[in-house]
Amino acid sequence: MAIEVSLTIDGQQVSVEQGTTLLKAAQQIGVDIPTICFHEATTSNALCRICVVEVEGQRLLQPSCIVKAAQDMKVQTRSERVMRARRTILEMLASTMDLSDAPAILTMMEAYGASVERFPDAERRESEIKDDNPMYIRDYSKCLLCWRCVQVCAGDAQYTFAINFNGRGFETQIGTFFDKSIPETTCVLCGQCVGVCPTGALKPKREFLLEQGMKPEEISVMNTGRKRRSKKE
Amino acid sequence: MSETNLASLQSAIEPYLTLGRSGLLPALHAAQKIYGWISEPVAAEIAKSLRVPLADVHGVIEFYTLFYNEPVGKKFIRVCTDQACALKDADGLLSHLCAHHGIKPGQTTPDGATTIEASPCLGLCEQAPAILYGDEAETNVNLKTGSYELGRPKSIVGGSPRLLTSNCGTGSTTSLAKYGEYIALKKARGMKREDIINEVKASGLVGRGGAAFPTGVKWEGTSKADGSPKYIVCNADESEPGTFKDRILLLDDPHRIIEGMTIAAYAIGASKGYIYIRGEYPYIVPVLENALREAREAGYLNEDFDIEIRLGAGAYICGEETALFESIEGKRGFPRVKPPFPTTFGVFGKPTDINNVETLCNIPLIISKGSAEYRKIGTEKSPGPKLFCVSGDVTKPGVYEVPFGVTLRELLDMAGGVANKKKMQAVLFGGAAGAFATSAHLDVKLTFEDLRAAGLPLGSGVVMVFDETRDMRDSFARLGHFFAHESCGKCYPCQMGTQRQMEILNRVAARKTQEGDLARLQDVGWTMTDASLCGLGQTAASAVLSAIKLWPEMFDGSGKKVVVKAKAVKRKTQNSKSKAKSVNRKAAAMKPKAKVVKKPSKKAVMKKNSSRKTASRH
Repeated sequence: MAIEVSLTIDGQQVSVEQGTTLLKAAQQIGVDIPTICFHEATTSNALCRICVVEVEGQRLLQPSCIVKAAQDMKVQTRSERVMRARRTILEMLASTMDLSDAPAILTMMEAYGASVERFPDAERRESEIKDDNPMYIRDYSKCLLCWRCVQVCAGDAQYTFAINFNGRGFETQIGTFFDKSIPETTCVLCGQCVGVCPTGALKPKREFLLEQGMKPEEISVMNTGRKRRSKKE
Repeated sequence: MSETNLASLQSAIEPYLTLGRSGLLPALHAAQKIYGWISEPVAAEIAKSLRVPLADVHGVIEFYTLFYNEPVGKKFIRVCTDQACALKDADGLLSHLCAHHGIKPGQTTPDGATTIEASPCLGLCEQAPAILYGDEAETNVNLKTGSYELGRPKSIVGGSPRLLTSNCGTGSTTSLAKYGEYIALKKARGMKREDIINEVKASGLVGRGGAAFPTGVKWEGTSKADGSPKYIVCNADESEPGTFKDRILLLDDPHRIIEGMTIAAYAIGASKGYIYIRGEYPYIVPVLENALREAREAGYLNEDFDIEIRLGAGAYICGEETALFESIEGKRGFPRVKPPFPTTFGVFGKPTDINNVETLCNIPLIISKGSAEYRKIGTEKSPGPKLFCVSGDVTKPGVYEVPFGVTLRELLDMAGGVANKKKMQAVLFGGAAGAFATSAHLDVKLTFEDLRAAGLPLGSGVVMVFDETRDMRDSFARLGHFFAHESCGKCYPCQMGTQRQMEILNRVAARKTQEGDLARLQDVGWTMTDASLCGLGQTAASAVLSAIKLWPEMFDGSGKKVVVKAKAVKRKTQNSKSKAKSVNRKAAAMKPKAKVVKKPSKKAVMKKNSSRKTASRH
C-alpha cells in the first residue's frame, strides 16, 4: 500500500502518495503552478524555473516539477519571491525570443504582470528559419531552450541522437553535427520533436506553408513527403 | 577539403577507446594536439571510435571554449582580461598584441600563425598581467620595458605558520624523495576506516573550494552509501577569478594532494580517483603525471586505488561538482539537479567524494597531527590554516597561509599594504561570486563566523584590492561579462539573467544607465539568486548586489548623487576625479578601445618581439 504524506500548500492541507511532486500535489487541490519546460512525456530537468515555489526552511526557491512532497512541508506557491522570479523570468524571455507562437506564455505574462518591454536594448536570440527537409521547419528565433526536442530525439523516446546544442549560455542553440541539414543527420523524421515543441520553433512544413499563404492544393503538388504518406491511405 | 590523415589520430586516441564516452574529452584534447583544431572528419572518427552520437560530440566541442571546430593559429595567445589583470592594463596588452599582429581579439593572422583571444581569469593573478602562450604561462608582462616571464609560473607564498605550503614557493616541484614517505597514509592504514572519518569530522575541516561543507560528513556519506565502485575526485578546476592557491599546491607539492586523496580513498573505500584540472593549467599536467608515476613506483598507488588526471577545456561551470562529473563522463558541463547528492549519485552515478585541492592538502596534516592538535590552529569555529589569494593593488601579491582568525588588515599588511602608498577603495572578497568589502571591513576577523556576520563570503579565499583611483564600474562590467561568458545556459534565470546583468553593467560602466536600471539589475540579481539551478547562477549577482548596497549612486541613471552614508559621498568625489582617466568599456574585456591603450614606445615593441623570439625557441 502506498504511503501517504500530508503537507500544506498555500495554507490548504493535502495528502498525497509519497513520491508525488509538489506540482502534482498542488494540482490535486486546484492550485495552479505555471510550467514551461515540463512535459508529461519527457524527463523533468527543472530548467525553466517558472514552477518554483517557496518551501519553508529552504533558503532557495524549489522547482515544483521535481521536488517531492514530504510530511509537514509548508509550501507557498505565490509568495513575493516566487512572483518576482516568475515575472522576471517571463520578462527576460520576452526580451530574448519571439513568443508570437506561444500563446500559453503570453497568457502567463499577463497573469504575472510581466512587461514585454522591461529590458530595453536587450540582445535577442535571432536566427534564420531553417527549411532543409520535407517534414518540418526550424525557427530558432522562437526557441526557448526547453530541451524537449533534444530529449525525445535521444533517450526519452527515439534514440536517434540527431540534435544537440551549439554554443553555451545565452548563445545556446539547438544544432546538428557541424550544422548539417536534417536529411544529412541521423534524423528519421519521426516528428516527436515537433510534437513536444511549445513555441512553434519546430513546425510541420505544411502548417508553415499554409501560414505563408499557400493553398493546400499548391502544397500537395510539392514533393514534400506528404505524397508518400497518402499512398498508404 | 583535402583528406585528413586519420592514422595519427587513431593511434593517439587508442588509450581512450576502452573508456567509451568518458574518453571524449581526452580524445578531443589528443586530436587538437595533432591538428590544432577539430575538423568534421576528425570529430566523426572520434565519435565512431568511442561510440558517441555525432551530434553529441559536436555539442561537447561547442560547450568548451578551448575546443575549436574551425582552424585556429598554430600559436594561441590567450590574454587574461579579468579583474586582477585588468588592474595591470591587460586591455592595453591585448590591444598591443593585436595591433602588432594586425588582428582583432578572437581573430587569426592570415598566415594561420597566431590567434589572439581575450580570456577569463587564468589563475595567474599575482603575476598580472598574464597570458597563456600556447601551453605556457607568460607572466608579469611589462610593455614599457618589454620584459616578461615565460614558463613555469612563479609561486609567491607568504604568511605563517606554513603548514600546507611548507614545500611551496621554492621554485621547484617536490619530488617524492624530497616529500618523503607518505607518513600520514601509513598511519591511516593502521587505523579503522571509521576512525579516520571521525578524525576528519573532529578536525572541523570544511571544504576550501567555496561551499564550506564539512569534509568528514561528505566522507561518511560516501562511505555509507550503497553502490560500487566508489570514486574520489579532486576538484582542481580552480577557475574563480582571483583564485590561484590550488595552482601553487598542484605545481609545487603534488604529493601532498595525492597522499590526501589516497587517505580519503582508503577511508571511504574508493577504488578510483580523478584529478580534474582546469584546461587553463596545462603546464601542471606533466608535473602531476610525474608525481603519480613516483607514487605508483613507491606502491602508494596500485591496483586497489589509482588516480587518473582529467583536463578540462575552458568552462568555469565545471568547477561545480555535478557539472564536473558530467565533464568526466564526456558530456557538456551541465550541472545536475540536486538531490541526489554526489555522496550517493556522483560520477557515473556512483557514490563519489569530491574535495577541493586545498581541502585534501589538510588531510595528511590532520591525520599525522591528530584532530585535537590540528584544532589548535585557527579559531574554535574555524579551525585550521587557510590560504588566501591576495592580488590587485597590493605591494606583494601572492598566496598567504594564515590561521583562521587574523584580520583582513593583518593579511593586507603581510602583503605590504596597498601598492604605491595609495588608499584602499575596495576589496573583492571571495571571488567573482563573492562580495565587495571596504576599509570599514579591515578589522573583520577572517573566520567563517565573523565573515558571515559581516556579510562577506569566504569563497575560495580571494582578496583582490582596488585602490582609491580605480573605477569600480569597470570592475562591475567585467563581473557581468565573466558570468555571461561562463553560464552554461541550462536554467533560464542564469542563462538570460547573466546576459541582461552584463548589458546593464556595461551601461553602468559607460555611464549610460537608463531609468529603472537599478531596479532591473536587482530583479535580475534576486531572481538568479533565488531561482537558479546551481551555485553559479545563485552567486552570479552576489558581488553586484553587494556593490549596489555600498555604492548605489553608481547604478542610478539620474546622474544625481545617491547618498547612503557620509563615507560614500567622499568616495564618490574621489571617483569623479579619476573619471577623466577611467575607461568607457563596452562589453568589458572583449572590445578594448584603441584610444585607452597606453601605447608603448616603438623601442618597447621591438624589444618585446625580439625577446619573444628568443623565448619561443626554448
